[in-house]
Amino acid sequence: MNEGKRPASFYVLTLVFALFVIFLYGPTLTIGILSFQGPEGGLTFPMRGVSTHWFHELFAQQAVGDIWGSFRRSFVLGMMVMTTTVVLAVMGGLAFRRRFPGSTVLFYVIIASLVIPSILVSLGVGLLFSQILGWEVRWTTSGFGAQLTWTLPFGLLIMFAVFNRFDPSYEEAARDQGANPWQVFRYVVLPLIAPSLIGVALFGFTLSYDEFARTLLTSGSRNTLPLEIYGMTTNVTTPVLYALGTLTTIFSFLVIGTFIVIALISQKRKAKRASDAGKGMV
Amino acid sequence: MTASDHTVANGSVPPTGGAESARPSLARRLLSDGFTSWALATPVTLVLAFFLLAPIAMIVSVSFWGSTSFSIYPDFIWDNYDYLLGSSVTYKVFLKTLKFAFMTWAITLVIGFTVAYYLTFHIRSLTWQIALFLLCTIPFWTSNIIRMISWIPFLGRNGIANKTLMDMGITSEPLEWLLYSEFSVTLAFVHLYTLFMVVPIFNTMMRIDKSLIEAAYDAGASGVQILTNVIIPLCKPGMMIGSIFVVTLVMGDFITVRFMSGSQIANVGRLISNDIALLAYPSAAATAVVLLITVLIMVAVMLRFVDIRKEL
Repeated sequence: MNEGKRPASFYVLTLVFALFVIFLYGPTLTIGILSFQGPEGGLTFPMRGVSTHWFHELFAQQAVGDIWGSFRRSFVLGMMVMTTTVVLAVMGGLAFRRRFPGSTVLFYVIIASLVIPSILVSLGVGLLFSQILGWEVRWTTSGFGAQLTWTLPFGLLIMFAVFNRFDPSYEEAARDQGANPWQVFRYVVLPLIAPSLIGVALFGFTLSYDEFARTLLTSGSRNTLPLEIYGMTTNVTTPVLYALGTLTTIFSFLVIGTFIVIALISQKRKAKRASDAGKGMV
Repeated sequence: MTASDHTVANGSVPPTGGAESARPSLARRLLSDGFTSWALATPVTLVLAFFLLAPIAMIVSVSFWGSTSFSIYPDFIWDNYDYLLGSSVTYKVFLKTLKFAFMTWAITLVIGFTVAYYLTFHIRSLTWQIALFLLCTIPFWTSNIIRMISWIPFLGRNGIANKTLMDMGITSEPLEWLLYSEFSVTLAFVHLYTLFMVVPIFNTMMRIDKSLIEAAYDAGASGVQILTNVIIPLCKPGMMIGSIFVVTLVMGDFITVRFMSGSQIANVGRLISNDIALLAYPSAAATAVVLLITVLIMVAVMLRFVDIRKEL
């Protein structure tokens, strides 16, 4: 059924799909356009001239809070969460290749981490730190841990899926050739799972970078970027908000694009090196 | 499996030369009793124990604490629950939250299924499938708050939607219910969370053996029959996983409802966050516990229809 003339439903569904994509991207594009409002312009159309006024405003620090500081914190936190998520997800993925005592319980805790409302994590971590432990909440400690409860399950589920499809005969072959455990991991397993790790890293960074609810009560006195933006929504009523939105969206696109390019390159390298079947010994 | 785990767990890098003969047997012995798996799973377990389970336990215990207008103190009283469950507002707010969850679920399910169906069965090359799939997923990796904000120029009184409707002569004055209403809240939910439906449904749909569809076709099934008797039943696991995501995200939300309703609509998350803002932590905790129980029951019901471990 996959060849020949397209059925009529194809054209209908293409239209639906196109509308869906417009629905996804349209609003973001709109604020992209509106962020170039002239200095007299407001939050909606019409455009009163075209300028980069609101971007300049953003860089003039006194106008709006500590945007650059919060961006820096969000970036650092994103890197911390990303690294931890990748390492812990790989370890967890390896662990779950066999059943071990308590593995089912741990599996359901991981699922629970995904479904428990984020505000509970935020509230609970905040209370635990302030009421019981007497520790100050900080974005590097409580904020970092609270975000891990969101990124780790994604990373782990990806790794579970990867190892479910992993052919152990590669490892056996390496062991038969005398590789020690670390060598098996470093030279056989790791290169094979590397493309998926890029996916895990992408989830780790972007989910952290954009996380709001889990950081709300756990970041302490210094805001991350989403918290800063949220604060702005209540007291900034100029297109400066759109300018900031446009910049962080462009930054997100750059991050996503980088990850996708890395994934494509590593996929290609893998394909090039993967098999020498039919090339030798004949 | 694999002796590699042992060393990874220890975080040590064994020397690449020498001593190899002794290692595999030791590692294998440790592996056989699951020790290595445990060692590898320990960091994840610790993180989730400390940042998920302990905080939940904390919330449960604080929900029994007492409070004055300026402080909270450890206690074991049912006042918070009495007050919560004795107030008619609570039930109204829970119902409203369930309504949002149901509306969003129904709409995202239809859209998610349609998009996944289109990508799976109408796009013929894998490259295009991946490209269009990525096109759909990229917004997922950008900021939710920005995506909410970006509806303002669309839905506002002088927004694009109202302008267009008035230019077309459909309405004579701006529609007030476009922004800061149940409509805008639901729209934002659909906008934010449809991806969570598309991805798992697409994932299960791509695994459907095409020969099953050929077989149904050869046996004389119509397009609709193939859809309802073959494709939809086989997609159920993906639909369930997507539903779990969407329902739990909407049930626990407080920010979308606050922002898109202009603080005019309450849901359970906002009940909690308002209490938090007033530093009424015991009351917030009691509401949170009731919300948690509600969500866990809903998830437990949905999990009966899908074995997640099998779907990975």
